[in-house]
Amino acid sequence: MSDMDEMDDGSGIVKKFMFLNRKAPHGTVYALEGLEVVLITAAFDQDVSMVFTDDGVFQLMKGIDSKGIEVKDFSKTYRALEGYDIEKLYVDQASLDARGLTEDDLIVDVTVLSVPEMANLMAEQDVVISF
Amino acid sequence: MPMVNIAGKEVEVDEEGYLVDLSQWNEDIAKYMAVEEKVDLTDSHWEVVNFLREYYAEYQIAPAVRVLTKAIGKKLGPEKGNNKYLYELFPYGPAKQACKIAGLPKPTGCI
Repeated sequence: MSDMDEMDDGSGIVKKFMFLNRKAPHGTVYALEGLEVVLITAAFDQDVSMVFTDDGVFQLMKGIDSKGIEVKDFSKTYRALEGYDIEKLYVDQASLDARGLTEDDLIVDVTVLSVPEMANLMAEQDVVISF
Repeated sequence: MPMVNIAGKEVEVDEEGYLVDLSQWNEDIAKYMAVEEKVDLTDSHWEVVNFLREYYAEYQIAPAVRVLTKAIGKKLGPEKGNNKYLYELFPYGPAKQACKIAGLPKPTGCI
């Protein structure tokens, strides 16, 4: 139901959820499904962060044109995350470097983390879900 | 999926009546969907419907109601960006009904 965020059972338990995105945006359904799960999770007022690592960094790349493969380009949807109060987006530095990308190539503002920083962030989570 | 004839044109809708191909949308389709939803379209309704179409063009998703309410408040003012106003226009759920009329898919997170 569209009004599900009206319902508050008052339990008030907030867990730290991390969604780990490791795959290229197209070719498999992981990236799109992962994004949809994140948008749904946003309705439950949890502490959500998203991590983009390995080929997952391509999900955030500017200028994606998916017309040739006849699938929807959902990269613009990452820009909607802010409106869903999902503002913690992290990208793995080594994954960017390995693909010749920098923060300027990405469609949204992110925090770029080193491997040890990423490991610490993961250790703080209650739930880590990988796509 | 079911086909319906709207103003002389065959259009495909899903099992809940949402338009399948967004690019087919026009005002006739909006009016047809509104009748289905028992909504009398006024300028205030159109304002929300057009807002949703712009939102979709920008972000490629239909927003959840909470996000829609907030975004409308930002764009059209707080007197419109609240549940009371939007539910008066679309009693069975602003996101759900207005999206259908706007030719968008059912909002993500709307289960």
